[in-house]
Amino acid sequence: MLTEAMTAPAKTTAAAPMLKVRGLEAWYGESHVLHGIDFDVAPGEVVTLLGRNGAGKTTTLKSIMGVMSKRKGSVTLEGTETIGLPSRAIARLGIGYVPEERGIYASLSVEENLMLPPRVRPGGLSLDEIFTLFPNIKERLKSQGTKLSGGEQQMLAIGRILRTGAHFLLLDEPTEGLAPVIIDQIGATIRKLKQDGYTIILVEQNFRFAATVADRHYVVEQGRVIDMIENAQLDANIDKLHGYLGV
Amino acid sequence: MFELLGIPPQALFGQVLLGLINGSFYAILSLGLAVIFGLLNIINFSHGAQYMMGAFVAWMCLTYLGINYWAALLLAPLIVGATGIAIERLLLKRIAHVDHLYGLLLTFGLALIIQGLFRNAYGSSGLPYQIPAELRGGVNLGFMFLPWYRGWVVVASLIVCLATWFLIEKTKLGAYLRAATENPTLTQAFGINVPLMVTLTYGFGVALAGFAGVLAAPIYSVNPNMGADLIIVVFAVVVIGGMGSILGAIVTGFSLGLVEGLTKVFYPEASATVIFIIMVLVLLVRPAGLFGRAA
Repeated sequence: MLTEAMTAPAKTTAAAPMLKVRGLEAWYGESHVLHGIDFDVAPGEVVTLLGRNGAGKTTTLKSIMGVMSKRKGSVTLEGTETIGLPSRAIARLGIGYVPEERGIYASLSVEENLMLPPRVRPGGLSLDEIFTLFPNIKERLKSQGTKLSGGEQQMLAIGRILRTGAHFLLLDEPTEGLAPVIIDQIGATIRKLKQDGYTIILVEQNFRFAATVADRHYVVEQGRVIDMIENAQLDANIDKLHGYLGV
Repeated sequence: MFELLGIPPQALFGQVLLGLINGSFYAILSLGLAVIFGLLNIINFSHGAQYMMGAFVAWMCLTYLGINYWAALLLAPLIVGATGIAIERLLLKRIAHVDHLYGLLLTFGLALIIQGLFRNAYGSSGLPYQIPAELRGGVNLGFMFLPWYRGWVVVASLIVCLATWFLIEKTKLGAYLRAATENPTLTQAFGINVPLMVTLTYGFGVALAGFAGVLAAPIYSVNPNMGADLIIVVFAVVVIGGMGSILGAIVTGFSLGLVEGLTKVFYPEASATVIFIIMVLVLLVRPAGLFGRAA
């Protein structure tokens, strides 16, 4: 299954992948969490990492972003090897990161949170475009960042990286703990970003949500990618997926 | 002559002014400690020695190079700040990943070394530093005599404290600093150079101590122990205000100077201990400090 995942869809491997992850390993202190992650993401794709709690999905995003203190293997973004770079240099290559806990700063106002990440590439969204996507944020610019509701914080976390011009986004469980109406709004945002050519890796527990936005799904288990499922074949593989996710 | 609460106004306001001057030094020094603690999580025990270095650099500028007070007020913080940057890059950076207690021990050792070097070179009896000609003399306000230089110390430290507060709370650079203080890993993942900010922040905090040292040079004699005597009180001020709070450091610094001054008027026996008594009370009631957020 692993080899199938690696060689499968022509559209992802024929074009040079935007992101190529090979043999990625990572540790939290002494604890070995990733045991050799392999996957590709093609330009303009939305790819999810699915898997149970503790499978290593969040750690994979953190390792791509360079915030794990110990990692090895290979992560190349548009041909640049990033495994030895500090996270600030990885961000400057044009990656935007929305962490699982959203990372809204309590000591910054909403506006300061929004304006914090420096521009890394030309072509970021203007403030007006961000306010069009997320009208709630505009009303609350002067509030303390963490005074926003969970959904508003998620929108702020996404909005602030769209400003930077990053075209490769890592979204860690953007729907976690949010009301269905907010989840719909975030789903619509992700589809719009895909239309606009953004490349996205989405970590999700909720594969029903993932199925509404993604092209492909990688299944992560015990620190390895064990399968890849095309979104179009999701229905055919639903039993297998249930087995993986234990739902 | 009228009296207030049985105290002649000359004595009362004289002590209030003295309290405000001490408070000025408490405020600048605890502000520097707070800025450093916020981002580096290090209790900078060499802060007093760095304050002393500021006074000595001003004295050396004048004695060896003929550089006057006003130029030294700018130059000495830059020089002391530069030594701080070297200390951060050469020493503190290497222990950033271990328990922050090591940072305290390291800076404590540094303070002893710095003080020892200056004592060895200049003795411990103190060197005179003249009040600049422009600020000699004073003005009679009717209820008290205000020496110009003492007034200047209060005004200058207020300006520096408020400018620092504005820089940290109201500017883009300050937003970077607050973000890096709250979540350095994520801030770095946005492409912000956090290690550089750590270095500059330490340099800036130390430069504040150097600035206070220059202000102090004409009031207290320039002495290798001047910082060691002061820094214990400043640590008490920081504990009362709450570690890491910018505004807390400023307000607490000035207020405790005043409280100390007033104690000298009404109950002189307690003037040396009143700050520590307040510290004990605050620790009992609000362990995070008056302005601190509970950890």
